[in-house]
Amino acid sequence: MSFLSYMINGISLGSVYAIIALGYTMVYGIAKMLNFAHGDVIMVGGYAALMMMMNAGAHPLLAVLVAIVVCTVLGVTIEKIAYRPLRNASSPLAVLITAIGVSYFLQNIVLLIFGSSPKSFQSVVTIPDLKLAGGALMITGETIVTILSCIVIMIALTTFVNKTKAGQAMLAVSEDKGAAQLMGINVNGTIALTFAIGSGLAAIAGVLLCSSYPSLSPYTGSMPGIKAFVAAVFGGIGSIPGAMIGGILLGVIEILGKAYISAQLADAIVFGVLIVVLLVKPTGLLGKQVQEKV
Amino acid sequence: MPKEKKVSYLINFIGVAVVFLLLMALFESNVLGTRTNYIRGIATTACYTIIMVASLNLLTGFMGEFSLGHAGFMSVGAYASAVVSLALTESGVELPTFVLFILVLLVGGVAAAITGILVGVPALRLRGDYLCIVTVAFAEIIRVIFCNLEITGGGRTLSGIPSLSNFYWVFWVMVICVAIMYLYVRSRFGRTVMAIREDYIAAAASGINVTFYKVLTFTVSAFFAGIAGAIYAHYMTAMIPTNFNFMYSSEFLTEVIIGGTGSLTGSIIGATFLSALPELMRKFATYRMLAYSVVLVLVMIFKPGGIFGTWEFSLTRILKKLAGKGETKAVTGGAAHE
Repeated sequence: MSFLSYMINGISLGSVYAIIALGYTMVYGIAKMLNFAHGDVIMVGGYAALMMMMNAGAHPLLAVLVAIVVCTVLGVTIEKIAYRPLRNASSPLAVLITAIGVSYFLQNIVLLIFGSSPKSFQSVVTIPDLKLAGGALMITGETIVTILSCIVIMIALTTFVNKTKAGQAMLAVSEDKGAAQLMGINVNGTIALTFAIGSGLAAIAGVLLCSSYPSLSPYTGSMPGIKAFVAAVFGGIGSIPGAMIGGILLGVIEILGKAYISAQLADAIVFGVLIVVLLVKPTGLLGKQVQEKV
Repeated sequence: MPKEKKVSYLINFIGVAVVFLLLMALFESNVLGTRTNYIRGIATTACYTIIMVASLNLLTGFMGEFSLGHAGFMSVGAYASAVVSLALTESGVELPTFVLFILVLLVGGVAAAITGILVGVPALRLRGDYLCIVTVAFAEIIRVIFCNLEITGGGRTLSGIPSLSNFYWVFWVMVICVAIMYLYVRSRFGRTVMAIREDYIAAAASGINVTFYKVLTFTVSAFFAGIAGAIYAHYMTAMIPTNFNFMYSSEFLTEVIIGGTGSLTGSIIGATFLSALPELMRKFATYRMLAYSVVLVLVMIFKPGGIFGTWEFSLTRILKKLAGKGETKAVTGGAAHE
């Protein structure tokens, strides 16, 4: 029975990783950049929701909505100010470093406003815990909500990308920017939309993460951010189902590693698995094989 | 060796010696009063940061691959050297301090170089962003392992490391390390590595063993990072594995980028400046990191190659320019036109 509850915890944590990884993978697919600031957008989302609930006394759902709006605006602003001027930069390093700079900026501005001491986060979930098998297996309300939102997001996003015009434009831009522009697609607008969706998802992930692990500090986002990126690479970066599978697998591996091998070594196991996957299949589980041309 | 080269080495050596004597005079004359020790500490920090940043620049600037896990190699050097020096002091082996210092530096460097080979052989099959994330992964693994090994303090602070890194020694170690890296970049190896950076398919087609040279450069870079780590350990005398985290690695990478990828001069100035920054901006301590991040983004937007680009400082060139100016009076601008 304990194995089952570990599995469920793993899937729950993995669902959060998967939602974050979706943001990474969409941005990478379309802008070909590692958005290191993504993890910190999660943290900003957490703070936005917390402030709404603590200071304004808002309903949790309203707080989540505000967090999504704040993060969406933030994501689009970051893209416009920091990344767009570098879109045609010769070196991919420049964008990466800018992303690290933005990440520092977000962490430190939150540090200045809210201080470095961790704040306890009040869960947004009001569903009671589910007790199965006579109380031997307990599933918390947070777990249920996290897994359900992950499934809903996955379905919504896949439908959006495959069935709508804007989604098709995204696919086209990620395939070939120049050709997409010639076909009359607004490339800048599409990229901004991608950042908006990714950042909105980050807000949801932030709220869910802080509901399950209720401690929020300016550095909360960086480790889940890196792990979610690992998940995106694991599943094949640029692929939406890949991010989902990668995230959930990573969460399960982490929780099972913590439970059965060693609590301290769990992180090393997660990264070790990534290295093995990359060495065996460098494009990730569901990544497309790209032929190198001279 | 051509005579001109000999002269230029001599001139550069004199230049370095002058800087050293100036700093020595500054510290010994006690002009700064009670702050002497503090400033000397910053200068020592600057020295090992320079070695770190220059070694990372070997990878980033000259090989064109970036590592976000360089603090991992630094920690390997730091812990290996600390374990050796602690063991030597405990077993009562009496070595002259200077010999001990050189010994621990070599231990740190070699340990990091071996780790470099172990990490480099599998990791360097990947390139670009993938390599970047794998270096993060390796650095995290190294950190987690150090957090769990008994010999490294098992996640607690490892303290009582003998304090060996005094500024005068560290300064010369830094000069030697940077000189070796400079020579490496200018050697046949360095040019091969730059060819791989420009176009690895063309390089491979020209008969260059791409993997070998990449791993070699990675190992050399890790070696110097290990030396920097050994200096760090014997300067701080106490350390904890969490010091060498992702943030520390990305700090080095940003220093490389701000200084200029492909310019060792840029690395030196960038590292010195950013080590001195906390002191210069003491009154604005809370806003320091904020300002730092804004500067980082602005530099990238307006000068993506870094402040110094690929420009290298050369004393001989300046002397030549000065001499030329005296003769023709028509030479405009200094060497610092970049």
